Amino acid sequence: MSTAAPTETKPAPPPVETIKVKVDGREIAVPKTMPDPMSGKPVATTMIQACNLARVDVPHYCYHPKLPVAGNCRMCLVEFGTPAMGPDRKPVLNPDGTPKIAKSPRPAIACATPISPGMEIYTTTPGVKQMREGVLEFLLINHPLDCPICDQAGECKLQEYSVEYGQTTSRFVEAKVHKPKQVDLGPRIVLDDERCILCTRCIRFTRDIAGDDALGIVNRGSYNTLAAYPGKAFDNNYTLNTVDLCPVGALTSKDFRFQMRVWFLKETKSVCTSCATGCNIVIGAREDKVYRYEPRENDAVNSSWMCDSGRLNYKWIGAANRITRLLRQNPGAGSEPITWTTAAREIADRLLAARPGSVAIIGSARQTNEELFLLARVARQVSAVTDSVPRTQTGDKLLVSADRNPNSNGARLTGIAPAVLGSNLRAIADGIAKGTIKTLVVFGEDVTKHGIGAELLAKLDTLVACDILSNPTTDRAHYVLPGCAHAEKRGSFTNGKGRVQRFMKAVEPRGDARPEWEFLHELVRNLNGQDGFTTIEGLFNLMAREVPAFQGLTWAALGDTGVTITLPA
Amino acid sequence: MIVKREKLNFWERLYAPAVLGGFKVTWHHFARTVFRSGPVTMEYPEQKWVVPPGYRGAPYLVKDQAGRTKCVSCQLCEFVCPPKAIRITPPGASGAPGAGNVEKGPAEFEINMLRCIFCGFCQEVCPEEAIFLQQDYSLTGTSRAEMIYNKEKLLALGGTHQDKIQKWKHKAEEAQAQDVFPVPPAA
Amino acid sequence: MHLPPFISLAAWLPDFGSDGNFAVMSLIKIACLLGVLLTMVAYAVLVERKVSAFIQDRVGPNRVALPLIGSIPVLGPFLTRLGIWQPLADGAKSFLKEDFTPNHVRKLYFWLAPAITLIPSFLTVAVIPFGSNLLGEQMVLADLDVGILYTFGIVSLGVYGIVLAGYASNSKFPFLGGIRSSAQMISYEISMGLSVIPVFMLVGSLNLGQVIAYQADGHWLAFQQPIAFLVFLVAAFAETNRLPFDMPESETELVGGYNTEYSSMKFALFFMGEYANMITSSAMMVTLFWGGWTLPFWGLSAPATTLGGGLLHIGIFLAKVIAFMILFIWVRWMLPRFRYDQLMDLGWRRFLPLTLANLFVTAVWLWLTTTAATGNPLPK
Repeated sequence: MSTAAPTETKPAPPPVETIKVKVDGREIAVPKTMPDPMSGKPVATTMIQACNLARVDVPHYCYHPKLPVAGNCRMCLVEFGTPAMGPDRKPVLNPDGTPKIAKSPRPAIACATPISPGMEIYTTTPGVKQMREGVLEFLLINHPLDCPICDQAGECKLQEYSVEYGQTTSRFVEAKVHKPKQVDLGPRIVLDDERCILCTRCIRFTRDIAGDDALGIVNRGSYNTLAAYPGKAFDNNYTLNTVDLCPVGALTSKDFRFQMRVWFLKETKSVCTSCATGCNIVIGAREDKVYRYEPRENDAVNSSWMCDSGRLNYKWIGAANRITRLLRQNPGAGSEPITWTTAAREIADRLLAARPGSVAIIGSARQTNEELFLLARVARQVSAVTDSVPRTQTGDKLLVSADRNPNSNGARLTGIAPAVLGSNLRAIADGIAKGTIKTLVVFGEDVTKHGIGAELLAKLDTLVACDILSNPTTDRAHYVLPGCAHAEKRGSFTNGKGRVQRFMKAVEPRGDARPEWEFLHELVRNLNGQDGFTTIEGLFNLMAREVPAFQGLTWAALGDTGVTITLPA
Repeated sequence: MIVKREKLNFWERLYAPAVLGGFKVTWHHFARTVFRSGPVTMEYPEQKWVVPPGYRGAPYLVKDQAGRTKCVSCQLCEFVCPPKAIRITPPGASGAPGAGNVEKGPAEFEINMLRCIFCGFCQEVCPEEAIFLQQDYSLTGTSRAEMIYNKEKLLALGGTHQDKIQKWKHKAEEAQAQDVFPVPPAA
Repeated sequence: MHLPPFISLAAWLPDFGSDGNFAVMSLIKIACLLGVLLTMVAYAVLVERKVSAFIQDRVGPNRVALPLIGSIPVLGPFLTRLGIWQPLADGAKSFLKEDFTPNHVRKLYFWLAPAITLIPSFLTVAVIPFGSNLLGEQMVLADLDVGILYTFGIVSLGVYGIVLAGYASNSKFPFLGGIRSSAQMISYEISMGLSVIPVFMLVGSLNLGQVIAYQADGHWLAFQQPIAFLVFLVAAFAETNRLPFDMPESETELVGGYNTEYSSMKFALFFMGEYANMITSSAMMVTLFWGGWTLPFWGLSAPATTLGGGLLHIGIFLAKVIAFMILFIWVRWMLPRFRYDQLMDLGWRRFLPLTLANLFVTAVWLWLTTTAATGNPLPK
């Protein structure tokens, strides 16, 4: 990945020059310029940015801090005044010595009006209140008011502002203009044109951020309609961001359509696992079922966006072929359920009994730093050959990384994987074929797809496989350990650029499943008698002390948006 | 405040007026019950109380006069329900096929009548006038499962509600009049 | 007296000798009496429920139906609505309910208490003449010369059952109930005992048969000794733990009082004991103050010589007892419960002086009318 919104390169040096303005009577110093959301070049600070800095809420629809300014919704109208200038080009002073403010006769849209020194912004005057009521009444003229069947209800700016700033009744008695509904805008998007308030956020995002000029407004006046250009499919990999951007329910996700009302969703801060970018996400879950991912703002990683492929890659969490039972299997002779304690003891006994050098461990770059760290300890204890599995596909310019493992760097830093992932796999396969490797521990990978076929697995004395979904490797394992999806546990990933980001637990694990690090902690204790930390905080801090690259990090210091470390060359 | 206790006179201290008064009251009731109007109680399973209008009995789903299930699965009642008695399964992307311009309807709608406290919040919050607390106050079943009423049962018990506004029909007609909004014919 | 053989029961039975005949006759009488008493207990409960229902504008028990009788066209439903079979259902229920003994009780006393409550109330009946003669037999189980002493002796045993229940339950409410009961019953026994002394001063004998004989021809002692009767009546309420003096049970304060921990048949025994006590108390009042089986007209004051007369006397006695039972029941739904200090106040500071005064006045009056006037040491 390169360029665009996620600016890992140093942000523009803070402008030294500040301007003093008053927002609702409170004086605040704001930078004279702010970086343009698109080019990053400094442009004059606008009134809405000043209001944000003053923590004064200005309602807005078309304005979005990450998009070019359009100024078409008129919701952010405010009144303002500037210091009056006398004929001598000097400020006119009040009797008490303060500068006399000449109030502008007309309001201005806060999103597109630059500030000037001494400016006073008024957001609570009767005039502003009346303007907001007027704009809302106008926006609602043709709005169908079908909130009961609208997926946006609950997170709809039209609802929120109507309650906060609107009036109780509409004076509109004429027939509403009816526009197309349930328009199939793209493979993942449904459009309801009646609900659209024509803010053009989706158009600007698609054109300026995603770089796919697919959307536009057609027809005139009351018949203004959002549409994809004829012959152009609205099917780029970032279309679902327009659903997030849409302040009303016009653009809705086909995947989330009529699945669950948003107010039931418990929101958990997490990290996307679909590639090495590690987009920050919010998991929306209800009663142990994940309903959606939404991007979470992190300017160091993903700005406010995420790709559609990552966003929709959550259904496997509740898949039918989840491994839910902890089993001891005798390939060909059935299986029996055992307890985690038994599994940890028996596996430890087998590992200790194994001849040094006859053990191989294949971790996964989809595991967390903490799990890989514990797995590396296991490997060190039994002098095992270790590796992980590479996943490389083509990336794109915006967010998708070519490396589709969320934690390749974690696997390298903890020592599970060599610098080039997968370079030991051939050696392991050969070792099994020659009979020098008799024990294989696999975490989160189906090795039959990576050069260690079923016939090789059959030669092993012990095969331990921990995975989330059942696959040919787990089918042949002597010990099948049900694993947890990232949404079911806590942990941290190190993304492609070395940003260590933590994620939280959104839902309960299925069946017997138990966070891998808990089991690995028990296994390590059974192997070398060392008692470690049984909390993820303590474990992370221990890892930070022992792994050089993580030196100085603590779980708490990771915060919600993570910390960038220096990757060894 | 201190209330001064009345001094009892001689007769009162003999308990005589109290005993006579007590006898008068009890005899009055006894005679009325045995010889005149009979008891005031009702013999429940045979005689049933006729509930007054506005009584808050069990909540049931209703259909409108055109036979359309009024519920659109907005799940506000599920949200507002204090004892969490209501459980709605949203329809998923398919919505409500055949319901015309009403895009959405419940795939399943369950009320656990064992949990329901007949508070009426669901009726109050419903934006579609699709659920009403009706007249039933004595619900019985032989198992817990039987007391969870599903959509079919709730609709059958709820009956028809005369919808004076019919907003969805009105919307469809308005759109058809403008001739730009193709409305699939209602099933 | 000589009776025609066909109405002498003894003539119908084989001869067991003098003692044997007495034993057989007593057994038959005991059986009949217990049968009647238990039936009355059962139906007293029904009457209580029905009367309370009517007073409270309700229907009362009207559900229990017998399979065959219930289907008789008019009569069956009528009896069902009357609740006539309710006691059968109650009895069956008492037997079928789980007999639960809590873990924390003192088992032996816990089991003993209900029996100790019930037995005295049955024993008391032994000395009460419930009729004159029937089939050549005197209608009293034991014609004791110290009948009233026997009665008081047995009645005072009843308190032990309740105290024991309260103690054995090993739990606070029964314990409080037991304590209240002991204080209350002992207190009122004194008033009760003192109140009947004038009766025997007038009669001159402790034999209850003699008391009835004294009251023949309408000389009922209730009119001669109204104060004694009223005190006895009130004390009887207190002794039987009936409202307004049901301190030991007082549901609103003590859950169920002494019987809180009891269930099933053991509870039923307490319940039956209470009603049996009511019946014996009523029978005592009828005997002592209301002429027993006598009526002042149609020559019904004299002992019966025919089968019909004998039965009639029993009927008269039962009717009087039932009247008192209804009084007991009615009062329960008429008067509120006394406060405990009021109860004690009434017993010790009002009734005790009153009965003593009554005793004194009666003695003086007797002395004036008999000894002083005639020089005879005793009346009659």
